[in-house]
Amino acid sequence: MRDYLRTHEGEVRLFVVLAALTLYLAFASPIFFTAGNLASLLNNNAVNVIWAVGLLVVLIAGGIDISFAVGASVAQYLTALALHAVGGGDWLFGLLFAGAFGIALGCINASLIAGFRIISIVATIATFNAFFGLLMFTTSGKSIYDLPDWWTDRIAVGSLGAGGALTLPVAGMVAAMAVTWFLISRTTTGRQIYAFGDNPEGARRAGVATVKIQFIAYGWLGLMAGIGGLMQVNLAQEVVPNALIGRELDVLAAVVLGGARLGGGRGSVFGCFLGVMLVAVVQNGLNLLGVSPYAFKMLIGLTILAAISLSNFELGALLAGGSRKHGHVDLH
Amino acid sequence: MSIFIERLSRVFGREVTGLLGLLALTVVAFSLTSPQFLSIGNFDSIGFQLPDLGLLTLAMLAPIIANGINLAVIATANVSGLTLAWILNMNGGPHAGVLAFAVGVTAALAVGGASGAAMGVVIAYFGAHPILASLAMMIFLKGLGEFLTRGGDISGFPAFLGEIGHGVILGVPVPMLVFAVAATLWHVLLARTRHGFAVAMIGSNPRASEYSGIPVRRSLTLVYALSGVMCALAGILMLTEFNSVRVGHGDALLLVTVLACFLGGVDPFGGFGRVAPVFVSLLILQTLSSGLNLLGANQHLSTAVWGLFLIAVMVFRSSTPTLRARFESVRK
Repeated sequence: MRDYLRTHEGEVRLFVVLAALTLYLAFASPIFFTAGNLASLLNNNAVNVIWAVGLLVVLIAGGIDISFAVGASVAQYLTALALHAVGGGDWLFGLLFAGAFGIALGCINASLIAGFRIISIVATIATFNAFFGLLMFTTSGKSIYDLPDWWTDRIAVGSLGAGGALTLPVAGMVAAMAVTWFLISRTTTGRQIYAFGDNPEGARRAGVATVKIQFIAYGWLGLMAGIGGLMQVNLAQEVVPNALIGRELDVLAAVVLGGARLGGGRGSVFGCFLGVMLVAVVQNGLNLLGVSPYAFKMLIGLTILAAISLSNFELGALLAGGSRKHGHVDLH
Repeated sequence: MSIFIERLSRVFGREVTGLLGLLALTVVAFSLTSPQFLSIGNFDSIGFQLPDLGLLTLAMLAPIIANGINLAVIATANVSGLTLAWILNMNGGPHAGVLAFAVGVTAALAVGGASGAAMGVVIAYFGAHPILASLAMMIFLKGLGEFLTRGGDISGFPAFLGEIGHGVILGVPVPMLVFAVAATLWHVLLARTRHGFAVAMIGSNPRASEYSGIPVRRSLTLVYALSGVMCALAGILMLTEFNSVRVGHGDALLLVTVLACFLGGVDPFGGFGRVAPVFVSLLILQTLSSGLNLLGANQHLSTAVWGLFLIAVMVFRSSTPTLRARFESVRK
């Protein structure tokens, strides 16, 4: 336990903040701790957590990916078309299609980044534009509402109490977190991803297959993007090609807030969950306290600004004028 | 011919020559496929469309050279535009005088500079990662704008603003003149001043800059403040062109500005980047967009082509080592 506190300082700090916030809201609002509210918090943020753990793997590998939310839209659309072509399908088909399309898009990124040695932020901003432009151009921005019933039916996978049914995306979230945790913490590949992110050249000399690692990282995010997209349709009951664009930056902020380091080598699944949930709980709390919805975004921005300032704040270093410890990490 | 290219390279730098070649290629290709391409009307429309993206790209360029990024450029431009709109509306709306406009412009520039400076402080003094800090600032500023406008747009400005947004002096659109002046100033600032030198050094190696006596924190704060001022200028120009301000206006340009910088050969690791090649890459992007538009394609196809074009250029740059030297500035 003491080891955990020392090695996961960021997560612990975030956990304390989240716990304090939760405690405050529990007293300030009678609704906050009801089963219905907690369940809707989880239901509505499950997709973000699925993407967050995918992005986490890329960040740990020292990269960044801006294109995954748009990629999820592309995977959603292609999955809807493919399911239509096979005459409806079922969850197994859906998972296979969405996962495969997501992985394919991730591998496009990986081949640009690992194959042509294009910096990840440059490559994924380019594919972000290419994916989104091609999707909107070929579909003319048309939404798909005619979806198989199994895809849009609400499925309760558990309950927090009366009125607190947990829907399928929550199960997807738990599975995504568990599998990602297993990948990065319990497999050799996972250790290699950390090693590669921390020191690419060192990892290469130690015998890590760097190209393979990058394909695994971006492919993993692609898989999570596809599955997150699949779950999002279950929630939204429709496929809208420009519904997910812009979500990538929110998820990125949440993951970095959760302790993942831009520049590679650090980050945890639990931290991702906390990062997404902190933003969600702040918004939920503002809502319950009767703050104007127009002020939400502003206050969330302030919260993130405060959180990053506090988490990086080192009074001694500032006063002594020593060199900066965290700032300006290179993006690979 | 080769002597000519040599001289061009010496005057403008190598990457400019390559990009000018690409620009010539796109212009020739579109002239052959579309008869209207080489018309005055088309060049006029380019002249009115380019400056917004251009000013925002300049605002993005300086932080990238300092090995940072400013994801709040659009939000800063919107909020600065709102400031001007607010002051104009306080002073009679459509009947506001030139003095009110001057005061409004000053206030807008101050607001842009202040937002940039605040972000700079979080990055330079608290050591927050630029992606996260500017992302948080973006969320905050957009939220602030939404809070103040309730998501609506503000319009009803004096008629003389149209003279700026749609006016022509000596055959050149006024926005283009504003952009040309701004680009020249930015070039001088980045390439010819002590501050510009400090920015490039910090982008290369902040630790070494610190030890060589460069005021790293102050310079970084100043970069983001100036970037904010440039955003404000873009916001003011957008107000005069569209005769209205709305939060979220121009959101789609955010990642295009980053794309334009990278197309212009700016080093994603910071330290290297010049205004001239970025200027040419903006011309290429706008030419592609206008040309495709004349051929009957919509903006979404242009977005896709921009992305694919960046991929093509990056693949070309990375896979042809002999030509690489001709296209790229000195790399680490």
